[in-house]
Amino acid sequence: MPIDFEILGIVWLSLLVATTSTLIGSLVGIPLGAIVAIKEFRGRNFVRTLAFTFYGFPPVLAGLLMFLLLSREGPLGFLGWLFTPMGMILAQTFLVVPIVMGITISAMMAVEKRLHETALTLGADDRQWRATALHEARAGVFTAVMVGFGRAISEVGAVLIVGGNIRGSTRVMTTAIVLEVSQAHYVEATVLGAILFVISFAVFILLQRLQARGVV
Amino acid sequence: MALGGRGTSGRIPDPLPWPSFVAAWRIAAVLAGILVLAGLAVTWGSVRAPSVLLATTTSTRDSGLLDYLLSHFLEDEGISVRYVAVGTGQALDAGRRGDADVVLVHAPVAELAFMAEGHGLCRSPVMRNEFVVVGPTSDPAGVRGLTNATEAFRRIYGSESLFISRGDNSGTHIMERQIWSWVGIQPTASRDPWYKESGQGMGPTLIMASELGAYTLADDGTFFVRASSLALEIVVSSDPPLQNPYSVIPANPSRHPGVFLAGAVAFAKWIVSERGQSLIASYTVDGHQPFHPTGEDRC
Amino acid sequence: MTAPLVLLDVHKSFGPKEVLRGIDAEIQEKEIFAIVGPSGAGKTTTLRLLDLIEAPDRGQILYHGRALEPRSGAALEQRRRMAMIMQNPATFRASVFENVAYGLWLRGVPRVDVRGRVFAALDFVGLLGAAQERADRLSGGEQQRIAFARAAVLRPEILLLDEFTANLDPANVRALEGLTLRFRDETGATIVIVTHNLFQAKRLADRVALLLDGRFAEIAPSVRFFRDPSRPETRAFLSGEMAY
Repeated sequence: MPIDFEILGIVWLSLLVATTSTLIGSLVGIPLGAIVAIKEFRGRNFVRTLAFTFYGFPPVLAGLLMFLLLSREGPLGFLGWLFTPMGMILAQTFLVVPIVMGITISAMMAVEKRLHETALTLGADDRQWRATALHEARAGVFTAVMVGFGRAISEVGAVLIVGGNIRGSTRVMTTAIVLEVSQAHYVEATVLGAILFVISFAVFILLQRLQARGVV
Repeated sequence: MALGGRGTSGRIPDPLPWPSFVAAWRIAAVLAGILVLAGLAVTWGSVRAPSVLLATTTSTRDSGLLDYLLSHFLEDEGISVRYVAVGTGQALDAGRRGDADVVLVHAPVAELAFMAEGHGLCRSPVMRNEFVVVGPTSDPAGVRGLTNATEAFRRIYGSESLFISRGDNSGTHIMERQIWSWVGIQPTASRDPWYKESGQGMGPTLIMASELGAYTLADDGTFFVRASSLALEIVVSSDPPLQNPYSVIPANPSRHPGVFLAGAVAFAKWIVSERGQSLIASYTVDGHQPFHPTGEDRC
Repeated sequence: MTAPLVLLDVHKSFGPKEVLRGIDAEIQEKEIFAIVGPSGAGKTTTLRLLDLIEAPDRGQILYHGRALEPRSGAALEQRRRMAMIMQNPATFRASVFENVAYGLWLRGVPRVDVRGRVFAALDFVGLLGAAQERADRLSGGEQQRIAFARAAVLRPEILLLDEFTANLDPANVRALEGLTLRFRDETGATIVIVTHNLFQAKRLADRVALLLDGRFAEIAPSVRFFRDPSRPETRAFLSGEMAY
């Protein structure tokens, strides 16, 4: 059973990895989603379907692919990111991007066509309309980010394979739970699970408050 | 002209915030960028201090030996060791890929192949533990006290007593299949209802055996750690072929130039030194000494 | 002085259906030009062509004598000198202030000027006190006034109105018509208004055009159009049409 300050380290790493992945995933996924939702280009439907399909991409499979990529033998081996938090962030970002992108696309396509016409008649060009539509759809986009974060913080397969669950280094709450279960420390596992739940809950409440206040 | 407006003209509202459209997004993106950079910086910092990556098997971890040893190694040599505890196959594979600086495993045949392929710099024996047959106190197959696992397995087969196999190609599983081959049979879960495969690690397998009142093959280290919570006891031990030797193998720098060679060799030498060996000998669980030092420095 | 808007033999089809079959008109500066006709005649299409949202299949539209490529920078510039108000006001999910300021933001008007202009526009339509309210929470009449302020604040040289009071009660209709006249008188803008409401056309327009079968059947000064039209179609339309 990890000692108390060890738990703190585990919690901190979970938050760091999940938050960073969600941020990067959003910075990539939101603009991409906006472009796909608005711009007419050939193969647009295909890209949309692809994004939605990747929603359900199995995290363990993502972990395996990342493992093969980041291993020293692999194409990205020179980075030395296997068994490190950076590798875990990379793997989770890969999972978060399609989620954020897909929900953003849905949210933006729900923006009324009339609004587009209004913006045009008031003198908007394509880029300006994209920004405006994104702003109109901000509630849905915010949901996208939250869902992405939810996926990242609760994920276990990819971070286990890519991180290696190394004590003091790449162990997060979910992988710690796996370890405790494998050693039949069910009480400890449940405690960790409760902490994970409470933290997720707190994060979502905070974000909801921010949204209600119109900050986001 | 009555236009029916709200409020009276002449009352100018307080200064209002600028329309948020792009401005807010820009602020958010900048904030996010800063956070990301901070996150990356922290992550980088925590990994840049040179540390040895050790790939080993779950038995060294689950017995508690590894944490015990590594804390002393850090004190003695000032080098931190990070370890991934996976199955034997994956541990050696990590060595093959150059992802690990040093491996500590217990699979002599696979280790020799590993060395022959040139992935290891040198191979030093470290310690041994043994595999034991554990079972319910009711001992339905009547094997208690035997020192011959083959005979025990034959009786288990004959009496069709419940047996849980690891079923995961781990070192333990390979040993178990070896014993069955000495009996002359290979039970399968589909054909033999008394034979079950857990497909999991030693811990969950032991729990399953305890719950179902079944026999299983375990390494004594992991068993001792859990014994108090299990309804099982050792029924067969001290069988010579079941001795389980561990070796430490630093990676070969000419095959894998990126490894932390100095640290890997320091660890390999330390664990077979007098200091390391006496620590191994002094490690006990519930009064039992699971690992016996057999160290020789071949590096 | 060249006319601000000239339509030369403009055709437009949507798929197999040919909606506009050659309309010609010359709209003068500062005039209020009304287009009336049965539903589906192509009135809205005409406005969309004028606003450079769609391009004609054949024929030309000249802005102060110049024809413009539909997707060009010059077209965008011209579009920014015009504004359109549509039947159902679409307001952004933001405050009234932000809605009205939108066009100014699009054009990169400096912040210091925006506040003054927005408040002036809100004062013009009588919604000064509502500046901080959420625009989508206001009544239909108020939202249409926001739409008017949103367009007026841009000081467009050409204002296009597409049945913009069709959904409003008489009081609001009168209010917005008043704003339209005041706007023309105070800024000298050219206004093209599409309407079902013949009484509205009579009240507002300098000239009226009847769009029938894809062509302008008659264009005449308002008084003559209603009292003594020259075309039989116009007579038939005027007698048979129900205004609301």
